[in-house]
Amino acid sequence: MTKFVVAFATVALCLTACTNGAPDGETSTPFAGRYQPLPGVTTLLRGATVLTGTGSRLENADVLLSDGKIVAVGVGLDADGAEVVDASGKWITPGIIDIHSHLGVYPSPRTASSSDGNEATEPVTAQVWAEHSVWPQDPGFVTALAGGVTSLQILPGSANLIGGRGVTLKNVPGRDVQSMKFPGAPYGLKMACGENPKRVYGGRGTAPSTRMGNVAGYRTAWIEAADYRDKMKAAAEGKGEAPMRDLNLETLVGVLDGEILVHNHCYRADEMSVMLDLAEEFGYKVTAFHHAVEAYKIGDLLAENGTCAAMWADWWGFKMEAYDGIRENAALVDAAGACAIIHSDDAIGIQQLNQETAKVMGAAARVGIDIAPEHAIQWITSNVATALGIADDVGTLEPGKMADVVLWSGSPFSVYTRAELVYIDGALVYDRNNPADNPVTDFSLGTSSLTGGAL
Amino acid sequence: MNHAISKSIIIAIFFCGLASAQITAIVGGTVHTVGPAGTIENATILIEDGVITAVGKNISTPSGATIINAAGKIVTPGLFTPFGQLGLVEIGNSAGPLDAVQRGEQFTAGFDIADAFNPRSTLIAVNRIEGVTRALIAPQARRTDEQGRSSHVISGLAAVVNLGDQPGHIDKRAAALVVSLGERGSSLAGASRVSALLVLRNALDEAIDYRANKNAFERGQRREYIYSIADLEALQGVLTGDIPLLAHVERASDMEVLIRLTAQYGIRAIIMGGTEAWMIADQLAAAHIPVLMAPTANLPANFDRINARRDAAGLLVSAGVKIGFAGPQSQTHNARNITQSAGNAVSEGLSWDDALRAITLAPAEIYGLADQIGSIEAGKQADIVIWPGDPLELTNYPEKVFIKGNSISMVSRQTLLRDRYLQTETGKPPAFRR
Repeated sequence: MTKFVVAFATVALCLTACTNGAPDGETSTPFAGRYQPLPGVTTLLRGATVLTGTGSRLENADVLLSDGKIVAVGVGLDADGAEVVDASGKWITPGIIDIHSHLGVYPSPRTASSSDGNEATEPVTAQVWAEHSVWPQDPGFVTALAGGVTSLQILPGSANLIGGRGVTLKNVPGRDVQSMKFPGAPYGLKMACGENPKRVYGGRGTAPSTRMGNVAGYRTAWIEAADYRDKMKAAAEGKGEAPMRDLNLETLVGVLDGEILVHNHCYRADEMSVMLDLAEEFGYKVTAFHHAVEAYKIGDLLAENGTCAAMWADWWGFKMEAYDGIRENAALVDAAGACAIIHSDDAIGIQQLNQETAKVMGAAARVGIDIAPEHAIQWITSNVATALGIADDVGTLEPGKMADVVLWSGSPFSVYTRAELVYIDGALVYDRNNPADNPVTDFSLGTSSLTGGAL
Repeated sequence: MNHAISKSIIIAIFFCGLASAQITAIVGGTVHTVGPAGTIENATILIEDGVITAVGKNISTPSGATIINAAGKIVTPGLFTPFGQLGLVEIGNSAGPLDAVQRGEQFTAGFDIADAFNPRSTLIAVNRIEGVTRALIAPQARRTDEQGRSSHVISGLAAVVNLGDQPGHIDKRAAALVVSLGERGSSLAGASRVSALLVLRNALDEAIDYRANKNAFERGQRREYIYSIADLEALQGVLTGDIPLLAHVERASDMEVLIRLTAQYGIRAIIMGGTEAWMIADQLAAAHIPVLMAPTANLPANFDRINARRDAAGLLVSAGVKIGFAGPQSQTHNARNITQSAGNAVSEGLSWDDALRAITLAPAEIYGLADQIGSIEAGKQADIVIWPGDPLELTNYPEKVFIKGNSISMVSRQTLLRDRYLQTETGKPPAFRR
């Protein structure tokens, strides 16, 4: 019995259960990732403008991919039997990463029967996991791939104060979500401030119906989680009975233990400030505020707390809490020394994260803030990887990292540029000039959307 | 000192007195006229009384003209967003006015949106400083609200407005009658897309009957109509072909039905949405039906849009269909993003000139205003934008915008917010910064 309790508590405390994929030798992790890289060949992309994601820009440079990894980045690399791709005049970046997507949980077509992103039945549902809603046949995965997106976090919606676990995926076609899970990536926890939870529940005459009701709701949840953690810990040390396993609290404890990263939908500066205090009260960290339309008002606060702001380029005014949106938002956050990220939250927007970034660059230049391409690319690559806890594997073009690479027809910040080749773990998964070889979801078979010919 | 001040006041009065005759010359830019003159390098544009009086290469600048140096710049006509709710909404959800939505059935075709337009809406300045000078503002159809009221299949009359800062914003009332067919129409009519069609047909039939029997109706010697007199009067313009139907429709088969309907009644139509329009592009071209579409909407968002594709804009234009851009992200707060739509259409096969035309002259032609706006030609109203480079590029923003000849203030609520938070710490809260 004691042994069982200890084993159980270990799982509950998220010492092993809080990452997407199964670490080597672990088979007990529920819904373990089964991602296997697709086959690839050793490839040398030759003679491009390379944005490394580390803040550097190399001219006339080569990128060598082999065995799924980036082997070398530099000028005049030896092909050494590699398949050579002439990349002169083109640009190379790390694969684009979207920190905020609902692909698969709100798929196309958007019908009631496949609307699986919000468990809007009670305001705190940390027990639900987005991966259990992901429909891998969502055609949006493939169109995102054509936009250069190689990894993405799928989050529950924002109806709830605490909406459930997000999952980070490799953007490869899979029969099931397990075969898309990013190996070893930590889970995310979706939280939401502001209008959405209070509208959803207030509209039913239940709590929360106000912003203060929202905060009371988070605090209550964290108090329960801390209590659960303490009881589990005590039981593991042989002091008292372990409480019955609680999926909701188990996830929240994962946050308190630093194993699960908080992704907090929050628009207004004042609310983000309150949420940072809330995190301090309960001893967790807000990894990133999402949407963060007013992040530019508190760049210093975000920098102090090491909290990223994931933003749209220019969405504003579609609800009251988005009224103060400005195009320079990400640039001002960046200038304040905080971590800036451009996200999509949208099946079309995810296809053009590079374009959204470009709009911010142009707007910033208007007011004398010059953001170089080699810097801006970090907003959709390395900064995102850091906020998702996968920066050791992806986000930059550095030897030893996964070979998630995009070859663009030109500067990724031109509206005319398209992703021509997209590699994931060294495998060519998208080739704009060879549509016949590109993936097509089951749903899209026989339609024109991706195959070029309708039945 | 006093003397200097009074002198400048006198000069100011002098210039105010001459304001109506003031000539502005935009000199040295590369002008994309979108008219027969095409693109002119190092061109001069003269503007007088809000109207373009000359454009060309060897035009002398009259003495006393205000000179705008556009050397090294790109000059285009003002942008025209061909569908949206600018000046009708402030906040999309849960706050602010929602004047665009007609509910219930008291008025349908007679619902004239023009009188709801607010030229001082915060959205106007945000969009005009990025080059949007004209817009079609359209009533919106919404599904059932909290009171159980649905919008009618016939949403009402749309209007063309300018985004200028001078009085007189309505350029054309009754520029189109907005209706919903296909899945959208079906959800409003209650059951089937056939129901939506029947609603529309019945309205047209009543309008025909009313037209033929107006006197008898007024004497009470004709049957009752479902529609009000305001509606039936508004529908007369549709029957004469003066007011096109602006039909929300996405599926190819529904567009084919629309083509037959326009032929049967001898009326005109414009398609809004048109995801599958590329599949019947030849038929649409033959029927002279333009399409307002979203070039980047390449996903099968529903079963009416299952054959969405990203190169549809180019396919339509190749077939001879006139297009404008009206994606969901460019109808209200971000109407300014039609340049991004245009750029994406170019990257998928549309020519650059056709893309610029789709956001300037084409909407003017579609709404019957091409004799007044849409291109840089002598005699047209002076809607002109000066860009530092390619207007479709994402990093380029307008440097100067003229609407009906007036150089507008390049300030919006967003630039004020930006400038407030660009300031370094002053020791006081931001509220003290201007």
